[in-house]
Amino acid sequence: MIRLSVPFRQALSRLSFPVMLALSLGVVLIGRADTNFSDLVRAGLDDLLAPLYMAVSGPIQAAEHGTGAIGHLFSLSEENAQLREQNAELLQWQEVAMALQAQNNALKASLNYVPSPAPQFSTGEVAADLGGVYARSVLVLVPPANGDAQSLVGAVAMDGRGVAGRVVEAGGRSARVLLITDINSRIPVALGADGAPALMAGNNGPDPSLLYWSPGRPPAEGAMVLTSAQGGAFPPGLPVGVVHYDAQNNPVVLPLANLDSLRLLRLFSYPDNLPELTPIPHTKPETRPAAKAHSRKH
Amino acid sequence: MVQGPALRRPLTLWRRLDTASRRAFPGFILVAGLIIIGMPFGLPNQAALRPVYAMACVYFWSLYRPASLPTPFVALCGLLLDLLGLSPLGLWAVILLLLQFTTIAARRRLAPAKFLVTWGAFTGFAVLAVALAWAGQSLLELHMLPLWPVAWQGLFAAGLYPVLARLLIRAHRGPAAVELA
Repeated sequence: MIRLSVPFRQALSRLSFPVMLALSLGVVLIGRADTNFSDLVRAGLDDLLAPLYMAVSGPIQAAEHGTGAIGHLFSLSEENAQLREQNAELLQWQEVAMALQAQNNALKASLNYVPSPAPQFSTGEVAADLGGVYARSVLVLVPPANGDAQSLVGAVAMDGRGVAGRVVEAGGRSARVLLITDINSRIPVALGADGAPALMAGNNGPDPSLLYWSPGRPPAEGAMVLTSAQGGAFPPGLPVGVVHYDAQNNPVVLPLANLDSLRLLRLFSYPDNLPELTPIPHTKPETRPAAKAHSRKH
Repeated sequence: MVQGPALRRPLTLWRRLDTASRRAFPGFILVAGLIIIGMPFGLPNQAALRPVYAMACVYFWSLYRPASLPTPFVALCGLLLDLLGLSPLGLWAVILLLLQFTTIAARRRLAPAKFLVTWGAFTGFAVLAVALAWAGQSLLELHMLPLWPVAWQGLFAAGLYPVLARLLIRAHRGPAAVELA
């Protein structure tokens, strides 16, 4: 241990506050000037902490069977009866759905419909709820990316029922998903059966609000909200939620995804939607080759 | 007593380890708490708890054991808070440093005061710091952020401090007491 003289040590302790303050302000400036820098550091830290989070979250998730509630363990038999009933009902619906799919396929075939490419997806467990005061995000563990970790950035994250968010940062074994409720989230959506365009904007509350719907046609209560391909960031037709009017009579979206207790997320990468972002030149459309079907990873 | 004064006891390896762990205790608790608050417990407004917890720790230790949290360590904790909580990098480092400086400056008055006074002072400091964070982040991201999290965090600060202080006072007299090593 180095022994310092008392006056020197006093001077050092007096200097340490202004020096550290200046350094921190410098970091603020660096972070402002180069957002990639903080993203990079953040992704590195997330990767470092991901196994730690999983070590703790794993037992909790095992205890609750991925339902997000430990209390359900006490009502298993009632739940089983209810599920059996529901299962019988769903089997009837399955037949209806299969008939409709066959009809849909026949109609598509007669229209020479070009299907949109099947996306690649990977499934990840939600390890940590890393939202901030003004941000809503979760950390997802992903299988080690083969080669480029950045290929996950921009992937659409869905839980079993609907869109939960998008991947904003990805590291070697973890990805950060910005939820649709985040204040920076803006998603073009289509409302109802006729697909009226609107913008869904997060507000850090539980229900994102709806903006910029066409003035003559206010969104109908209970209308289905699907993603829209406008802007090219999202594929069309993914389920997001249902329109609802809040106490102030403003339209909001009740998300289908269970955003409070996300446990598993599927991350869909749509590589072929990227060219739609570029402006289309006004030339005669050529016959496009049939979109190649992507083999499903995982 | 058979044992002599602490200064005359020989510095064995175990005693050094004991001293080191006692010195590291406040910092370790601070960092571990910041990471644990990220676990998905599903509490409402869980993320708002993280800066409040960091502030309560910095305030408490600066008040009663200022040597235990050195300035560079506080700055690093602020950076960790920014990285975990998606706030602009460095913002909370600045705020925690300012909080530590203010607390140490007011130490002569606050340390011997009654608990109610230190509690009130912490709540005041916390509300100021959270308002500063709101203003800083609004300025850095160039749009007005909602104000209600400021109120939430103020409430959390007032509610968390008595609970946390009870635990930390125990730690201050036991596992963090370097002079007892």
